[in-house]
Formats: sequence, structure tokens, C-alpha cells
Amino acid sequence: MRDLPSRPARSWTLEGAARPQEVSLSSSRRPSALSGVLPATTDRLPASGPATPPVPRSTGRRLLDRLLARPSVGALVGLVAVGLFFAPQAPGLLSSGGLATVFDVAAPLGIGGVAIALLMVAGQFDLSIGVVAVTTSLVTALLVSQLGLGIWPALLVSLAVALLIGAVNGLLVVTTGLPSFLVTLATFLVLQGGSLAVATAVAGSSRITGLSGAAGWESALAVFGATTQLGDGRFRISLVWWLLATALTSWLLWRTRFGNAVFASGGARRAARELGVPVARTTVLLFLGTAAAGWLIGTLGLVRLGGVQVDPALGAEVEFIVVAVIGGCLLTGGYGSTVGAALGALLYAVGREGIVLAGWDPRWFQVFLGLLLLVALLANGVVRRRLRAVPRW
Amino acid sequence: MSTAVGTQPDDGTPPALELRGVTVRFGNVPALSRVSVRLRAGEVTCVLGENGSGKSTLVAVLSGVLRPAEGEVLVDGQPVRFRSPQQARARGVATVWQDLAIAPLMSVWRNFFLGAEPTRGAWPFRRLDVGRAEEVTARAMARVGVPGLDPTQPASALRAGERQSLAIARALHFGARVLVIDEPTAPMTVAQRALVLQSVVAARDSGLAVLFVTHSPQYAHLVGDRFLLLGGGRVAGDLTRADVDVEDLTRLVAGSDELTLLARSLRSD
Repeated sequence: MRDLPSRPARSWTLEGAARPQEVSLSSSRRPSALSGVLPATTDRLPASGPATPPVPRSTGRRLLDRLLARPSVGALVGLVAVGLFFAPQAPGLLSSGGLATVFDVAAPLGIGGVAIALLMVAGQFDLSIGVVAVTTSLVTALLVSQLGLGIWPALLVSLAVALLIGAVNGLLVVTTGLPSFLVTLATFLVLQGGSLAVATAVAGSSRITGLSGAAGWESALAVFGATTQLGDGRFRISLVWWLLATALTSWLLWRTRFGNAVFASGGARRAARELGVPVARTTVLLFLGTAAAGWLIGTLGLVRLGGVQVDPALGAEVEFIVVAVIGGCLLTGGYGSTVGAALGALLYAVGREGIVLAGWDPRWFQVFLGLLLLVALLANGVVRRRLRAVPRW
Repeated sequence: MSTAVGTQPDDGTPPALELRGVTVRFGNVPALSRVSVRLRAGEVTCVLGENGSGKSTLVAVLSGVLRPAEGEVLVDGQPVRFRSPQQARARGVATVWQDLAIAPLMSVWRNFFLGAEPTRGAWPFRRLDVGRAEEVTARAMARVGVPGLDPTQPASALRAGERQSLAIARALHFGARVLVIDEPTAPMTVAQRALVLQSVVAARDSGLAVLFVTHSPQYAHLVGDRFLLLGGGRVAGDLTRADVDVEDLTRLVAGSDELTLLARSLRSD
């Protein structure tokens, strides 16, 4: 084997013509050792050996892979399909008024959905976001109605309460290592019961109204409750908040170090820790984010109604997760998009409004949502298998 | 990178990383018994042995996952105690685990820079310098023998050997001085193994001390300057390239193997 100095011409050095860095190997100090073993094997090297660029797939397949690599594509396809389905049966859906209603339904869901999406990419859940919305708006309402605080100081205090709840959630998850699904379920139960009890004990009912007389109400209304009339549709400012939240979270996820830490926390937690990624800090910050989103949802509702109705239900919590899953987030973490979650919220709203405008029994909506979730889960499973699959060649 | 490398004897400088008489016990069972090894800059040390011979334990000690019950770990002649893989990394000891430290759903460049991403702009508009990150990743991958790679594809699209190359390229780029490579047990094709060997050579030529754990004496002999044979947690042989050729090495590694017994029994028929 060793006395074959002529053979390297057929081995790596030949392919090395296109690969300058291979010179370092073939020109190293022991060519005899290299020719000792490799030539016998390189004869059988397939054409797609190390000299060809990786992923030698067809362009069509590559395009498909590229599309699948965009987690929001599924939600977009679903949105178009559902839109086409309802457009003939509920023409009002595409009118200015119909769109305003759709956006009105989608906005709070989308604000929570993008925050949950970010959290799910990091491999965690938060069931408490809806109840945080109710609890914080209750805090705001009680501070205004019972203590006579201005609306802005009351909102600041309730934001602090929201962040506190988020910090408790996050720290519990990080320090105990318990599944966040269960930790936040506990938070949900505590806050649900607690807010109902406190509201009844302090204000005498689970309904507090008449906040519009508070100091600073006008400016609060401008920020959280403004509307614009376009045609016969009344568009609310919650749409702007929703778009802002989507843009901000999307930028954070794809274009910042924080976003990279989010992806890594959910996709390869152990590796992330070993590479010095601040997994614990990222997780806690994300729980602060969902709590703040809950506060924003609560505040938008509070300012719009001029009061608060304590009526939390677990159904609403699941809807945020459904929206994020429709948006392409994997339940296992490490993959997803906030634009997808925003589209998921829109899809949800189109379906709900479409059923109403088409004159169906609204109870069909739950069926629709369940089917949608199932399809999204199956599609995400396919994507994951596809992305995880290690090509044999 | 024409640093004076190779198998020359001590030139006075201490080894980049050294184990002296290291013993590791799991309960009462010694996984490693008084193992000593010296890793020098620009030198490749191959660790060979059967499953259960202590190879993985050796890697765990070098990378800071396990602390030895007896013996010393020295970096540049200074005794150290790694309490975590992070501490080992901070001292310039990078470990390429069998399948670890790659997030399969993240793109290649995101994996490459994970935990040390380049940014531009001032806070709060500080953002990832994606263009530079992609360019650096492509260049670093080309350096270890994977040219023409699209750094935006997910890491799951990489082949086994390319993932190994990615981890090695990362260690090279971020200034590791000692590289510990635990070769995957999963079967790799010849071309994939060649890719890993190329990365090993690239690391050696950059002046790193490389410890390469492998199952194949043939491949070890291609790149190794020294060969550490482990058996039952003890050093069964500490050889240099001058001591053995491929056939000797193969025979030594397979010496206690069932294959030899089989060959003998077949011959006696």
C-alpha cells in the first residue's frame, strides 16, 4: 500500500484542484501516510463526495425546503384558504366594516399570540397571559375607583404587578425546572380565584365601571382606545399595537442576539448552556414579555369599556397557544415565528367572523378551531421531521 | 502555519494540556487508572481503544465534565481544576462532543456564532451583523474543508461529518488552543470521515493541540502524531508515529479483540 506514490493523483489531490484548502493536507509532511490508506477507498467515493457542494438536491426540492424553513408559510396558506372559503358565503367579510371587526377580534389575540410564540420558540408555555390581562386591569380599576388614583399612575402600578407575575412564573420555571405548562396553570388558578374574590370583596361585584372620570382619561383613551372611521368600518388603535408587537417581536427573534438565544434555548438547551448562552435570563425575560402583553391586552379592553368585567376562563388561554401553533411554532420549541402567530390570529378572526356573517350557528366555530389546530399540528410535525431528517448523503 | 510541529522531543515548553496520573472512579470501579497524557501544540494525539476502555471518561476529564479523584490536570504547566465545561472553554480547551452543541433547527451561521454573535449599531438598535456572520461562517467552514456551504441552511441539513466540521470550525474561530474531538459512534461514510480528518489537520496546522478519539486505527494513523491505547481504563500503549505503521497499530488495537481469536480459531481448523 505504501509504495504507491503515483496513486494520489487519483485521490484527494485531484479533487483538490477545486478546493485550495486541501493543499494543506496533501502537502503536509506525510504524503506517504495519506496514500497509504485513502487511495484504496477514494476509488469508491461517489461523485457527490467532499468536493461537490453540499445538499445536492433538485432546485424544486430546495425551493420547497426553503419555503418550509419559513415557519409562517403554513399560516399564510391557511389564511388564504379560509379567506377563499368564506368570501363567497360571507361577502361582508371583505367590506370595510367586516375587516374592522376581524381586526378587532384579531388584535388582542395577536398581541398575546406573538408573545406566546416567542416563549414557545424558547420551549416554554404560558397559560396565565389571559388571566394576567384580567388581573392587571382589575388592579388598574380598583386603584382608580377605590384610591382615586389617576389612570396613568394606576396603569404603571398594574404594569409592575404584571411584570411581578411574569417574574414569578419565569423564576419558578428556571429554578425548579418544572414544566412551564404546569407552573403557569398554577398561576392561572391562583390569579383567577384571587381576582374574583378580591373584586367581590372590595368592590362588591365582579364588575367595576365608571372609570372614564379618572384623571388623564383623555390621554389614555388616545393611546389605548382611539378609533378611526374608514368607510363603514370603525378601526381601533389595538390594530396598531398588534402590528407594533408583531414587528418588535419579529425583529427581536430574527435580528438580535436575544433572538438567537431564544432559538437556542428551545432548540438545544444543553448546547446553549455550554456555549454560554444565558438560557435562564432569556427565559425569565420572555415570561416578563408575555405578562406585559397580558397587561396590554387588559389595558386595551379596560380603556375601551371604561371598566372591567372579571370573567377569566381557561378557554382564552388555550387560544393564544392555538394561534402560536397555527403560526408554525413547534410544541417542542426551537422553531417558530411571530409573524406566523400574527397571521394565525388573523386566521382565527376570519374564521370566527366568517361563520357569524355566513349565518351559521356560532358553535361551529369551535369545530373549525379544533380542525385548524389539528391541521396545524400535523403540518408542523411534517416540517419538523423534514428539518430534523439528516440526509444520508 | 509553518510552526515547528510534529514528534520532536521536549523543547522545554510545557504541553498545552497535560494529565498526570489521573484516576477516575465510578463507585469503586476505576474508569481510569493513573492515566497520563501530554497534548502539545501542533500535535495530534489519537486515543484508541475498545468500548468501555475509558475513552469517554478521558474526554470528560479533559473537557471539565468530570473531576479526577487523583492526579493532576495542567494547562501550560499550571495545575488547574475545571469545575465546568465553561471553565475549560475559558482556558482554551474546546470539546467537540459526539452530537452536542448543534441546534438542528437553527441555520448554520446561527449555530456557528451561538453565544458570541457579532452585532452592529448602538443599543437599543443593536442587531445581528448577519452579512458578516454568514461570510465569516462560510470562510471558517471552507478552512476546515467544507467549501461552498450555504450558511443560511438549517444545521439539520448538514451531514454527520459536516456537523463535526462545524463544531471544529467554531472552536478554531473562537481561539481554542486545545481541541478534544470525540468521534461519533454513528457510522460515517468514507467521505464523511475524510471531512473530519481534514478539520483535524486544519486545527493542527493552526497550532492547536488536538486529542482525537476514534475507533479506527486506519484513520488515526493518517493524522496522528501520538497514539494512546487504552484498555480497561489503563494506558496500554503510548506510541509515536515513528513506533508503528498502520498494520502494527491495527494489530495493537485489535490485539485483544475477538477478531484475533476468531482468526486464530479459523486458522486452527
